[in-house]
Amino acid sequence: MELESKHIKIKTKDINVYYDTVKVLNNINMEIEPNTVTALIGPSGCGKSTFLRLINRMNDYIEGFRKEGDVLLDDKDIYSKNTQVELLRKEVGMVFQKPNPFPKSIFENVVYGLRIQGVKDKQKLNEAAEQALVQAAIWDEVKDNLKKSALALSGGQQQRLCIARTLAVEPSVILMDEPASALDPISTAKIEELIHELKKDYTIMIVTHNMHQAGRVSDKTGFFYMGDLVEFGDTKEMFMSPRKQETENYISGRFG
Amino acid sequence: MNVLENEIDKINEAVLEMMHLVGQQLEKSKRALLGPDTELAEEIIFTEKRINALELTIDRYCENAIALYSPVATDLRFLISMLKVNSDLERIGDYAEGIASYVTEMEEDLNQDMLAAIKINEMFDLAMEMMVAMEKGAREENTGLLRKLFKMDSSLNKINKKKSKVISEYIKKDPNLIIQGFYLHSTIKKLERVGDHIKNVAEDYIFYLDAEIFKHKKKKK
Ligand SMILES: Nc1ncnc2c1ncn2[C@@H]1O[C@H](COP(=O)(O)OP(=O)(O)OP(=O)(O)O)[C@@H](O)[C@H]1O
Ligand SMILES: [Mg+2]
Repeated sequence: MELESKHIKIKTKDINVYYDTVKVLNNINMEIEPNTVTALIGPSGCGKSTFLRLINRMNDYIEGFRKEGDVLLDDKDIYSKNTQVELLRKEVGMVFQKPNPFPKSIFENVVYGLRIQGVKDKQKLNEAAEQALVQAAIWDEVKDNLKKSALALSGGQQQRLCIARTLAVEPSVILMDEPASALDPISTAKIEELIHELKKDYTIMIVTHNMHQAGRVSDKTGFFYMGDLVEFGDTKEMFMSPRKQETENYISGRFG
Repeated sequence: MNVLENEIDKINEAVLEMMHLVGQQLEKSKRALLGPDTELAEEIIFTEKRINALELTIDRYCENAIALYSPVATDLRFLISMLKVNSDLERIGDYAEGIASYVTEMEEDLNQDMLAAIKINEMFDLAMEMMVAMEKGAREENTGLLRKLFKMDSSLNKINKKKSKVISEYIKKDPNLIIQGFYLHSTIKKLERVGDHIKNVAEDYIFYLDAEIFKHKKKKK
């Protein structure tokens, strides 16, 4: 167990990212332990989403994207030639800012990833769907109505459904890009509680513009500014006594 | 300047005012006791009400700022610290009032020899010196100055430790001194406690200013 807690789940080494000729991430080194929640904060355009998308290679689709340095997942270079990107995406799930359910039933949304993987066994799909919906804390609200269209759910429910969809393929890492920014305080609280629960089984990285959300949900916080990782450390420490003046200014709303 | 910064300025001003008032109370309590000056003692007792009211106001300001602005970092440390500083200052005010109310009940002249022997003058002066240094340190946010208070406090403790022995010797010689002996004993104890509260204030300021926590650190046996 001791050994396991020392294990590094995600490691970035001297990461630089460019979009065409513009450098948007500058020498980022970060180590993330398993079963932790890491919050990424910083002003708009500082590179949080770019950094997050690096972990499941979502940037690969972006025209002009280029990176230097390595991203290791369980000590394996995810940008190496042998990496199968589909398998990586199964391992590293992503939840977006706006809930993006497919125009299908709740059930079909949850098992979407499994179907793609070729799972056909009805029993297996049912079990996986229930388990994911329970984990995403939405089971009680939808269990009698799994055939209903996902689009008929509220925003907060849709977001939890999307989390269930991510969980159904059993990733080990979940990336969340402002998952609660479009939600009311109650739905937000539910998502935050959920993140707390999920930490037991997953490693989570979350981008948020809500300082207090970062404080509430995360163990570690990274503050990005203009492509630099200015400060990275224990969330409690960062919110009580940040080491860098820029961090202090940003989190206490005295920026610029 | 944002809204929270305005609130923080307001709280800072109020705490400094409280500090100043409490320092005056302590200084007056010395004059009231050693005079003795019953009128001055009455004035102290009257002013204590103002200090209590100010304490409540500062508490309310801090609570509101925490509730409304969800402060972090320096702002949060400031507010947490000021809540504690506020209550320490209020306690110092209490002690000054306690000394004053003894003066109003005092029925006999204090024995000058005993007063000198228990070093009550020095005790008051040291406590006042600490109050002044605390106020200056707080006003200038000077942690170097605030750190000096720990050493000053240990001088107070030294005098305090000797009080029982010295007073009991005087009472043995003249049992009539028993009542004022008790009062003086408790006055010295109060001044020693004043030193402790000042030390707490210094620790809270240092936590706020330098993000350093050293309470409880040295308590290991
Ligand atoms: N597809 C793209 N093509 C070119 N430049 C991009 C692209 N996406 C992002 N950028 C640039 O990269 C920088 C970092 O963007 P990114 O989206 O990572 O920031 P962010 O911190 O997530 O901001 P926000 O808080 O607004 O979501 C910005 O300067 C942005 O303009
Ligand atoms: Mg973004």
